[in-house]
Amino acid sequence: MLSIKDLYASVEGNQILKGLSLSVKAGEVHAIMGPNGSGKSTLSKVVAGHPQYAVDSGSIDLEIAGKMTSLIGMEPDERAREGLFLAFQYPVEIPGVPTSEFLRSSYNAVCRHHGLEEMDPIDFDGFLREKMKVLEMDDKYIDRAVNVDFSGGEKKRNEILQMAVLNPRLAVLDETDSGLDVDSMKIVAHGVNTLRSKRNAMVVITHYQRLLNYIKPDIVHVLHQGRIIKTAGPELALEVETRGYDWLIK
Amino acid sequence: MTQEKEKPQVPESVLSGEYKYGFVTDVDSDTLPKGLNEDVIRLISSKKGEPSFMLQWRLKAYRYWLTIKEPHWANFQYDPIDYQDIRYYSAPKKKGTDPKSMDEVDAEIVKTFEKLGIPLSEQKRLSGVAVDAVFDSVSVGTTHQKDLEKMGIIFCPISEALHKCPELVQKYLGSVVPVTDNFFAALNAAVFTDGSFCYIPPGVRCPVELSTYFRINAKDTGQFERTLIIADKGSYVSYLEGCTAPVRDENQLHAAVVELIALDDAQIKYSTVQNWYAGDRDGKGGIYNFVTKRGKCVGHRSKISWTQVEAGSAITWKYPSCILKGDYSVGEFYSVALTNNCMKADTGTKMIHMGQHTRSTIISKGISSDRSHNSYRGLVKIMPTATGARNFSQCDSMLVGNNCSANTFPDIQIKNNTAVVEHEATTSKINTEQIFYLQSRGLTKEESISLVINGFCKEVFKTLPLEFAVEAVRLLEMKLENSVG
Repeated sequence: MLSIKDLYASVEGNQILKGLSLSVKAGEVHAIMGPNGSGKSTLSKVVAGHPQYAVDSGSIDLEIAGKMTSLIGMEPDERAREGLFLAFQYPVEIPGVPTSEFLRSSYNAVCRHHGLEEMDPIDFDGFLREKMKVLEMDDKYIDRAVNVDFSGGEKKRNEILQMAVLNPRLAVLDETDSGLDVDSMKIVAHGVNTLRSKRNAMVVITHYQRLLNYIKPDIVHVLHQGRIIKTAGPELALEVETRGYDWLIK
Repeated sequence: MTQEKEKPQVPESVLSGEYKYGFVTDVDSDTLPKGLNEDVIRLISSKKGEPSFMLQWRLKAYRYWLTIKEPHWANFQYDPIDYQDIRYYSAPKKKGTDPKSMDEVDAEIVKTFEKLGIPLSEQKRLSGVAVDAVFDSVSVGTTHQKDLEKMGIIFCPISEALHKCPELVQKYLGSVVPVTDNFFAALNAAVFTDGSFCYIPPGVRCPVELSTYFRINAKDTGQFERTLIIADKGSYVSYLEGCTAPVRDENQLHAAVVELIALDDAQIKYSTVQNWYAGDRDGKGGIYNFVTKRGKCVGHRSKISWTQVEAGSAITWKYPSCILKGDYSVGEFYSVALTNNCMKADTGTKMIHMGQHTRSTIISKGISSDRSHNSYRGLVKIMPTATGARNFSQCDSMLVGNNCSANTFPDIQIKNNTAVVEHEATTSKINTEQIFYLQSRGLTKEESISLVINGFCKEVFKTLPLEFAVEAVRLLEMKLENSVG
């Protein structure tokens, strides 16, 4: 599904990723852990195609129509229409644009790309309300402007709602747990778990182990100074929880 | 958002990148030499065959103009205007007699307007919109006149109205914007050459949008048009105005006056999409747009509503205002002002509450990008007689990039303590993070910019007629395309 090889990437001239490799197969959930400044968020932005992040060398390939295809040089929206999704650590506010209108525009953009029928506002409204139930979101969000006057927890739920609407093949969740209380985290994790399937894959980026109690990863990676320094099963996350990162770093 | 499916036909020219209206039409012109004096004014008046009261009115305005100085309180600087270096009259030469119908108008001019997306010929004319086309100093033709006449609606060039209904013109011309109002209004009164006139008789709801399209073509020429709209008791009219000019390196002066009069229970809705040439990337050339627009709610329960999308001109100095004289009358001002490159805009409104229980709403959205300056300037004045008056003002600014500026200068004067006046203001930025966020949800960069701008301007765009709203969104998208991220 996703293959990253020997990736070097920079933001504003500072090289953050230094030889990162990662391979994700359909049906898998990967957790990427690491101390602050290890390059976790940079990885998510580079994969999604943020214009301020530059790939210096290496490759990022995504399976598109059964063929591994390079994402480098593709616009963020092209990547999104091919089934890549990034849940933002800091979701962005868009004043004056109702959430429902935004989501329907996105949903239809993806449909158009794949030659599928677009949804009219009435059908979409029903579709959206179903998805919101899973995330225990109030109907009032539908008409509110995207992320404006949303609490931290509401913004994160809104990210997972967008993921549920767009139903991506590869989702990257960037510190979705930060700023969430335990109850919200359970709801968000439940939302994510209902989206897990054999045909899609997820990369869950987190600083702490606690989210992984609710979203069980198949594989856990530890990132440090822009490269993956350890890869193991779910037990690695628990070990990090008790021992911290120091034993891995030195 | 239903835009994808219901997208009405938008003129091709609106969808392109650079300023597509920048072409020059090659027509023979009847042009006065540069300079301004009483003889020039007499000549303009005689070319139009005006009644003598008009010449006297013009001369009075001119003599007053000579005694006053150009105002410089606006929040921008510009090179001095040499009023003797401007031509005050330029008209495409007539071939033989006056055209009797639109089909007889000079083909080059008809082509020009078609290129601008304004078909004038009888076969192709826009359904639902009657157009008065003004080319440099004169109106070249007005569509739908006969249909409107059947309802008693007069819609014609103001030069024609002076012959058709001189008493109406004499009664109302200058009644809202007197010749002594300000420097540019006095100049306009002295030298204006054409513009639109509109009268809606009592109880008539004008069935089509009335529209004037202004085109500056000739070089070194100023455009001074004057529009006068009178809505008699219980009538309704919606009026649209559009403007463009060729690309030229020199600045050109546009000093228009618009007067609206609403009698008892009448409603006037006036919408503008202004896209005069704004100069190049470095601020060379462009139109100096000094405009006085004012409406007077003379009658009880009357309503005047201004909507403007200001996206052009090197300099914009414009404050469409309402004098709320009749009791329970309503004034509205909805504005989107966009500045990019080196443009400077100082725009806003005045709401003067005189009658009891008068209400006004001001919604102003300023978008600045590149190195431009964008200011909102507004006055809300509640007079002692205006018991129970209310005003709500909202002024929002959006900055694109780090080199532009936005200012808000609200002035609130309350002389009656029963008044309720509210003012809100915000400043925000459109930034790469917003665009990246929307793009990462599958929307293209253009769609993303459009969504953000639409959201910001929503309250204003929803007051525009549909085709105009779509055109306005496209215009803003096009102007901002190279400014974001």
